[in-house]
Amino acid sequence: MKKIDRSNPVRTGFHQAKWDEPVIFELSQPGERGVLVNKAEKAVCEATEGTAAIPEFMKRKQAPGLPEISQPRVLRHYARLAQETLGADVNIEIGQGTCTVKYSPKVNEQLANLPQMREMHPLQDESTAQGIMEIIYKTNQYFCEISGMDAFTMQPGGGSQAILGMASLVYSYFKSRGEDKQRNEIITTIYSHPSDAAAPHLKGYKIIYLHPDESGYPDFEAFKAAVNEHTAAFFVANPEDTGVYNRNVLKFTSYMHEHGGLCAYDQANANGLLGVTRAKEAGFDMCFFNLHKTFSAPHGCGGPACGAVGCADFLEEFLPAPIIRFDGEKYYYDYANAKNPYGMHKIREFNGAAQVVLKTYAWIRALGAEGLYQVAKTAVLNNNYLFKKLMELPVVDAPYIPGKQRIEQCRYTLEKLLEETGVGTADVQRRMMDFGMHYWTSHHPYYVPEPMTLEPTETPSKADLDEYIETLKYVFNEAYTDPEYLKAAPHSSVCHQLDESNMDDPEQWAVTWRAYLKKYQ
Amino acid sequence: MKKVGLLVNPVAGMGGSVGLKGTDGLAEEAAKRGALPRSPKRAEAALKALLPMQDELLILCASGDMGQSEAESLGFDTEAVYAPADPTTAADTVAAARAIENAGAEILLFAGGDGTARNLVTAGVAIPVIGIPAGVKIHSPVYAVRPEAAGELAARVLKGERKRTKQAEVMDIDEDAWRADQVSTKLYGLLTVPDDRSLLQHGKAASPASEASQHALIASEMAKRMKKGCYYLIGPGTTTKALLDGLGLEGTVLGVDLVEDGKLVQKDLCEADILQRIAERETFLVLTPTGGQGFLLGRGNQQISGEVVKRLGKDHLFVLATKEKLFSLQGRPLLADTGDLEADALLSGYMRAITGLGEEQMIRVSGT
Repeated sequence: MKKIDRSNPVRTGFHQAKWDEPVIFELSQPGERGVLVNKAEKAVCEATEGTAAIPEFMKRKQAPGLPEISQPRVLRHYARLAQETLGADVNIEIGQGTCTVKYSPKVNEQLANLPQMREMHPLQDESTAQGIMEIIYKTNQYFCEISGMDAFTMQPGGGSQAILGMASLVYSYFKSRGEDKQRNEIITTIYSHPSDAAAPHLKGYKIIYLHPDESGYPDFEAFKAAVNEHTAAFFVANPEDTGVYNRNVLKFTSYMHEHGGLCAYDQANANGLLGVTRAKEAGFDMCFFNLHKTFSAPHGCGGPACGAVGCADFLEEFLPAPIIRFDGEKYYYDYANAKNPYGMHKIREFNGAAQVVLKTYAWIRALGAEGLYQVAKTAVLNNNYLFKKLMELPVVDAPYIPGKQRIEQCRYTLEKLLEETGVGTADVQRRMMDFGMHYWTSHHPYYVPEPMTLEPTETPSKADLDEYIETLKYVFNEAYTDPEYLKAAPHSSVCHQLDESNMDDPEQWAVTWRAYLKKYQ
Repeated sequence: MKKVGLLVNPVAGMGGSVGLKGTDGLAEEAAKRGALPRSPKRAEAALKALLPMQDELLILCASGDMGQSEAESLGFDTEAVYAPADPTTAADTVAAARAIENAGAEILLFAGGDGTARNLVTAGVAIPVIGIPAGVKIHSPVYAVRPEAAGELAARVLKGERKRTKQAEVMDIDEDAWRADQVSTKLYGLLTVPDDRSLLQHGKAASPASEASQHALIASEMAKRMKKGCYYLIGPGTTTKALLDGLGLEGTVLGVDLVEDGKLVQKDLCEADILQRIAERETFLVLTPTGGQGFLLGRGNQQISGEVVKRLGKDHLFVLATKEKLFSLQGRPLLADTGDLEADALLSGYMRAITGLGEEQMIRVSGT
């Protein structure tokens, strides 16, 4: 037996599973079956009157076209697909900048999976739901403390819905003052998350974008020129995805208030700020946090999401109903806001994703106030270690004030690499997959040329960070020694290069199986 | 047999290697300084992508090193439809392009730079073209990002996988001015190209939304804002042309057209026409900056003089621009160079540009 050699920090032997698995509809065999569904119990049948209670026009004329597949084949199908993903449990999650993909403690998953939680129904009587109501109530209070806001709702089902919630608060406020027709513009920045523009736009607002100034901050002079009697609010992230913290943010919020507008804080990038700065002191009237990012409940496809929206007391009456309150003895639903003629009433059904709030509550309780502050410090330390190491590489640069410390993430530029080798950031992105690693460029359209956005969070160890850095170095070096091989990447991933040239052609899209059959069969 | 046009400007790109900043009118000087032709090699790199479908293709070209020798060296069937002079000139490019189109080519692959693209505009080529980048100056988004990409795109078009086309701007800079270190980009016309992201798309700012869809949204927003009973002067450019298209109007691409209540009142106005119209009723000006240097005024739209700007005022100016165009400025201001300092100063400072439906960006304008 040979001694195991681990001297190469780069995982060159990685190869992901590739099953070439068909779409589940293609696996369907007529008559094949996974489970025989029992008839409903007699009492259930009587209570629902079988299908008699369903109006005729709502009944299907033919059975749904669901795939007919046996249990082992279903299991194999999804197990194979699971092997073809690059989830947070198998890769060093540094490369998904702005996503704050951190470790989600498994014990919290078990907690959310307890039968007491799993089998609850949002419509059950509040006297039987006191536990989760207490948890949501207390989590609201923690968030008030974290942000300085006066009230919170956990109802929105994600970050974009939370921003829509903030836009709805703005709308409700001005409607209550009879200014909703006049104040129809919202100002945001190029570097804020796209939903900071998209969600208010959905609400009917005109969007005005600010470009950054030479320091990377939103251009204050442009801001002043943009604010007028039509301005309803300023929606901004801070730090933006550049990782640059706008220390002049109070100047912006003060100016907005002087001109009668409101200020909404996108706190999707809050991971480096816990216990350091608060929305209130920065002059914001409302803010939101992603529980599935900063507060460790799994992100994205890992589970349902929750965007917690907080606001100052003068906006509380417009929050969606119900709000959970405590009368000294018991927790109860307060539906008063549902009757507010200007309020949004609902942004989603019930109280949002309760299990996400539960995981967040458990995470905050496990860490405590000092633990949250430590999360921020470690996340910032990790990011600045990465920043320093990467900025030592001649092909990496970061725009704006040279050497300025970033908060929890950084948007770099690989423009020099492209100029010298013809290898661009999209090539590097595909090649990193060959080492089992994520890598993110930027929202589109790119503002920073050849962008690379990395966010390590507090999760990775120094060894993890070093492995990621060494892998990037390996890829950059390959750009000089074997650019053609690099450009043909990925070589060890599930899919090799896809032809993206028609992705902007709606004529060729098929977003459902039925659409695919219609267009291509 | 599918007929594919191939046109190689054999001197394109020669000036760059010997420090001449372009080869327009200087091919002999470039050759004297030891410059070697580079466009034939680049044309061959593009053609290689068509080798798998070689048996189905007939290459229509000009004889000699304007296309035929490159295609034949790779074993393609060719038909020379034009015989150029020796040495070749821009007139040969124009004549060859016309001959190739008349002989029935489906698409035209051409190797050159901005000057060559201008020759195709002069020739009035209407079939889709794909530029193989070989020149010193590549400002026009009719060129593929690499020679190989040009060939791959041609293959997709010929296989019927890429059917959409769009109009792309042919830009060029004044080489004499450039050699004197003055950059001056001008819009010379439009060419039809396949609507594909492998074509140069305002340089570095990639976008998931096609340029055509962005143009349509910008045009919708502008159309919504047009008031009844007012004149709208529509300046040159593809973004402003999208507005005319959206209104169903046949305007000019390079000129200034006048619109009132959705109708084209006058085409291609000169400065005197514009001033006369302004005197008639409330008038608004709709402009789009040029790509590259981002000139709002003073390049390719000199009929919109300082006097016009002063009469209209800043509040009667609409700026339309795609996000890519503004992003490609990388923080630099848009430029106004009407030759009238007072007018340029009037425009200087911040204003809004329409970038989509219900969407604007704050832009900075600077007098040069």
